[in-house]
Amino acid sequence: MSNEPVDPAIAAADAAMQDKVRQVEIAISLVLRIGVIVSVLVILAGLVMMFLHDPRYAALDGGISFHALVGGHAEFPHSLTQLSRALAAGEGRGVVVLGVLLLILTPVLRVAVSVLSFVYEKDPPMVLVTLFVLLVLIASFFLA
Amino acid sequence: MTPLDFVISLSLISVAAGALGSLVGLGGGVLIVPVLVRFYDIDIRLAIGASIVSVIATSSGAAAAYVRDEMINLRAGMFLEIATVTGAVTGGYLTTLLPARFLYILFGVVLAYSALATYRHRHAAALLSHSDDRLANYFNLHGHYRDDAEHRDYDYKVKNTWIGLAMMYVAGMVSALLGIGSGALKVPAMDLAMHLPMKVSTATSNFMIGVTAAASAGMYFARGQIDPLIAAPVAIGVLAGSMLGARYLGRATNKLIRMIFVVVLLVIALEMLQRGLR
Repeated sequence: MSNEPVDPAIAAADAAMQDKVRQVEIAISLVLRIGVIVSVLVILAGLVMMFLHDPRYAALDGGISFHALVGGHAEFPHSLTQLSRALAAGEGRGVVVLGVLLLILTPVLRVAVSVLSFVYEKDPPMVLVTLFVLLVLIASFFLA
Repeated sequence: MTPLDFVISLSLISVAAGALGSLVGLGGGVLIVPVLVRFYDIDIRLAIGASIVSVIATSSGAAAAYVRDEMINLRAGMFLEIATVTGAVTGGYLTTLLPARFLYILFGVVLAYSALATYRHRHAAALLSHSDDRLANYFNLHGHYRDDAEHRDYDYKVKNTWIGLAMMYVAGMVSALLGIGSGALKVPAMDLAMHLPMKVSTATSNFMIGVTAAASAGMYFARGQIDPLIAAPVAIGVLAGSMLGARYLGRATNKLIRMIFVVVLLVIALEMLQRGLR
């Protein structure tokens, strides 16, 4: 390929395409980074709230065993209604669950940004590919 | 063990799981589950819920760096996600039909086989410069990466896209059934079948496992398998570990990554077989 003469116009178009691809990559990287940072901060805040709420959690010895908190009877929110109730009550575990949900949504958001990116790159086949993935992901949440 | 000891020790173990997972393209879930079940004596259902969280954390943490460093074949990854998400949704329905023991044994055998196949190809590094694969050509799944270990740029072509899609569909099903990212199946699909360079395969697998796991995460959440006190240290530790691991991949050689991958696969295969045969 490299020993053929290159039309400067084609080379410029190629470079422009490369630039666009690079912008898409940077957008995706940014979405992942923001999603990760926000969810870590929320999870950390929730964890601190859990420990502050109950002094037995933070005791170094003579406190309770963690098994009492993670065993089969431990109560924690596992539906959106329960989550909003836990958040309204200011429970630390509700905040942690919110952070975990934000973490779960990060890849979904990444796919959504990819769809927009390929629209911007004017690449219809890949728009369809990423749109399909996004729809299946959204459907999976409703099926669950 | 008090809750504070639990949170601190589990997050430190999770750092190691995240670092290793990000290097070899696995979610770290396969390392977290045995630790939770054996060492902390936690119910397997909750351990699997934590595993799904670990997979998503590894993926998002490492992929942010890999996309920036141009290690990932984004187009191939997104294209193959068609198969993994469909597989994951189908797998969600199959959980009630197939006995878990059978799955563990099956998965153990498949992993042992792919460890062997990867080991036999440990020297193969020749990249394709030409491909007749119409699917790969139409969607332009071929790629380019910069190898920081060899200080060179490489262009490579992709082939066997249909085989890759089929393997990814199975990987998606396994992921939903066993609560793992199933990078152990994704990496061979790209490395052995589609001829992507090994490091690009693990980085792209990392990129994909988050989406695969997200497709079944809703199901695990609704079933009450995601316990905040377990998920919090796992998520934080794994994220930190995956960012550390992601710094190292570019500088490692393809052969080294392959060898680490083989060892990790064998360990997981034994773990799965033991769980199925018990």
